[in-house]
Amino acid sequence: MKQTAKYAVLAVSLAVAAAFGSTAALAQAKKTGAQAKEQFFPVLSYRTGAYAPNGIPFANGFVDYLKLVNARDGGIGGVKITWEECETGYATDRGVECYERLKGKGPTGATAFHPLSTGITFALTDKSFVDKIPIITAGYGRADSVDGTVFAWNFPLGGTYWDASDMLIQHIGKKEGGLDKLKGKKIALVYHDSPYGKEPIALLQERVKMHGFELLLLPVTHPGVEQKATWLQIRQQRPDYVLLWGWGVMNSTSIKEAVATGYPREKMYGVWWSGAEPDVTPAGDGAKGYNALTFMAPSGQGAVHKDILKYVYDKGQGTGKKEDIGEVLYNRGMNAALVTIEAVKRAQIKHGKKPLKGEEVRWGLENLALDNAAIKKLGFEGYMSPISTSCADHHGGSVAGIHTWEGKKWIVEKGTTLVADSQIIKPMIRASAEKYAAEKKIVKRDCAKEAG
Amino acid sequence: MKKNAPVIALCAALLIGLLMPLMTGASPPGFYVEVLLGGLMAGVLYSLVALGFALIFKASGVFNFAQGAMVLFAALAVARLAERMPLWAAIVLAIGIMIVLAWFIERLVLRPLVNQDPIALFMATLGVTFFLDGFGQTVWGSDIYSIELGIAKEPVMVLQSIFQGGILVNKEDFMAALVAAALVGSLALFFQKTPTGRALRAVADDHQAAQSIGIPLNRMWVIVWAVAGIVALVAGVIWGSKLGVQFSLSLVALKALPVVILGGFTSVPGAIIGGLIIGVGEKMAEVFLGPPLVKAFDLAGGGIENWFAYVLALLFLLVRPQGLFGEKHIDRV
Repeated sequence: MKQTAKYAVLAVSLAVAAAFGSTAALAQAKKTGAQAKEQFFPVLSYRTGAYAPNGIPFANGFVDYLKLVNARDGGIGGVKITWEECETGYATDRGVECYERLKGKGPTGATAFHPLSTGITFALTDKSFVDKIPIITAGYGRADSVDGTVFAWNFPLGGTYWDASDMLIQHIGKKEGGLDKLKGKKIALVYHDSPYGKEPIALLQERVKMHGFELLLLPVTHPGVEQKATWLQIRQQRPDYVLLWGWGVMNSTSIKEAVATGYPREKMYGVWWSGAEPDVTPAGDGAKGYNALTFMAPSGQGAVHKDILKYVYDKGQGTGKKEDIGEVLYNRGMNAALVTIEAVKRAQIKHGKKPLKGEEVRWGLENLALDNAAIKKLGFEGYMSPISTSCADHHGGSVAGIHTWEGKKWIVEKGTTLVADSQIIKPMIRASAEKYAAEKKIVKRDCAKEAG
Repeated sequence: MKKNAPVIALCAALLIGLLMPLMTGASPPGFYVEVLLGGLMAGVLYSLVALGFALIFKASGVFNFAQGAMVLFAALAVARLAERMPLWAAIVLAIGIMIVLAWFIERLVLRPLVNQDPIALFMATLGVTFFLDGFGQTVWGSDIYSIELGIAKEPVMVLQSIFQGGILVNKEDFMAALVAAALVGSLALFFQKTPTGRALRAVADDHQAAQSIGIPLNRMWVIVWAVAGIVALVAGVIWGSKLGVQFSLSLVALKALPVVILGGFTSVPGAIIGGLIIGVGEKMAEVFLGPPLVKAFDLAGGGIENWFAYVLALLFLLVRPQGLFGEKHIDRV
């Protein structure tokens, strides 16, 4: 009887496997037949695990915008967009696995990757030189990858963590009545103990040398739910300001611990990844007064959202919940999709309206020219800043503001426009990129020659 | 006395380390007490999860790796059900869900593996972990959900007349510690004083011998998994109200591993004392040991509280492999 049962289980398993196999093969065969005019977008996302509350809205915004361009515009220049999501769980090993799985998909391979993790970005940077696929890290990634002559495939569009930390110090300086007033002040950096969290340290130390404030470095180990000891140290040291460099549950835990230790939320400033709805809502009223940088896209809805509702959600094609459209991270996901699509559009001018390779898309990314008029035409007015890139500058400019949580929504501080001090950052980028080039034996690109 | 000398020496060394910040004047007394209290309160919560591990190991000899996933699953159930009904009703319904879950685990996972190697059972619980993590998020969602217990989150100052500046105590932490202490006490009574508790201990000692005197093994397993499920629910509700209900709860629960290593896998008091030692040890290390170490040796830095708990557990393993309160296992050859 037992033997029969074993055979029965085996037979059922084989039948299920065969059914799955044939369905997948059929789907693949169908796809191959229709693949002639498709541009493939890999989507590295995290919808499960410790960082899912932040990963989900970003992925929804990204995918919804791809759907909108297909539904409203018929794709990019007549080339349909296809995509596939791969769950990274914010883990570097799984991110690399997803990259390997998706890089060759579609008729011309992956268009570009958005790793949505500085750790994954570090791992993929070396691979990009071989595979020739752009890595877009809008608002994160390696700060030194702004230098396109060394980091030929990285695009930290819109801002790096050196920009962000510099902006925050400038803002705090302004609050204190001038950067010279920072002397003798204490500023604590509560950071995710990962490549992401460590990125701003170099810039902050540079600012310490210039202004003489004391910098307290307080690391928080992944995923960041254990912060009692960190906030006890804050209570003991009583810093004048706390900079929060967290992601996922770490942010809300920090705010809750600030409430528990009585640290004023008004003195807390988060990076642009520590200033979304999932970061503040779990702390309830305790989060009121908490501030964060707002990078490119604050929360709210504009013309593009109306289109998403009309062309995607009203047709039952929405990726997430209708009421979440317009949240900070949703908008940021949408922006990430937009810059990639605009790069493909730009590249189509040079290479023709056909599916493009990663190498061709890079040209589009290096020649992005999104000014205010273009942004308005795209329906993103008020949701992003102009971007203008080049072969040497993979950054395209960075402008940010400050928004404050008032209990129900984010309120953008009027009249605050922050721009990082390039005189401090440029030499740092140059030195770090030169070091990287020497270590990896990279021959620097001659942008003047390439342009010619 | 001689046999216990290494344990005593280790405990003495830890005690000296614990008092060092106070003796050397590195910390003002008020702040020291605050860190100590913070550690004790975190420790009670670790104990709560560790209890789940100890209960199942005690009664079935199975190291239930899925305890953390059960904490998450139970908390998700309460949080999502509470959106549709009053909190008390959500908790009652979630208890029912945890009992049904226990029945399924016994029926589908444990019963077919009765009398197999402990490693087979352990691997089975690993499977249950991944299933519950994924299934829980599929059914209940992956956002951050909240459980509102109605306890004030603002801190209060106490003992201002004794310590300069007073001591900051969080009411929520304090209430959580009280609930955890009450639960720990009732479980200890359940195991020591009730016929079911005694039967569970008999099953833990020897499955076959317990069966031979008429103890229904399967029913006992359902009971113990259901009790562990309820303990997970209490832990999930308390942790969830503090941190928000999301996936990381299952990772916090892993903090209970060093607790059971230190306290002993089969001991309820061990889970409690172990939790307190780990809680206090890691907070003290993070606040008083980490910064001077980084400064003295020019280290890169990084939070040490997560791995320090395991260092403590390893030290105890070296001098007392069965844990502080665990039963010494002797095999006759």
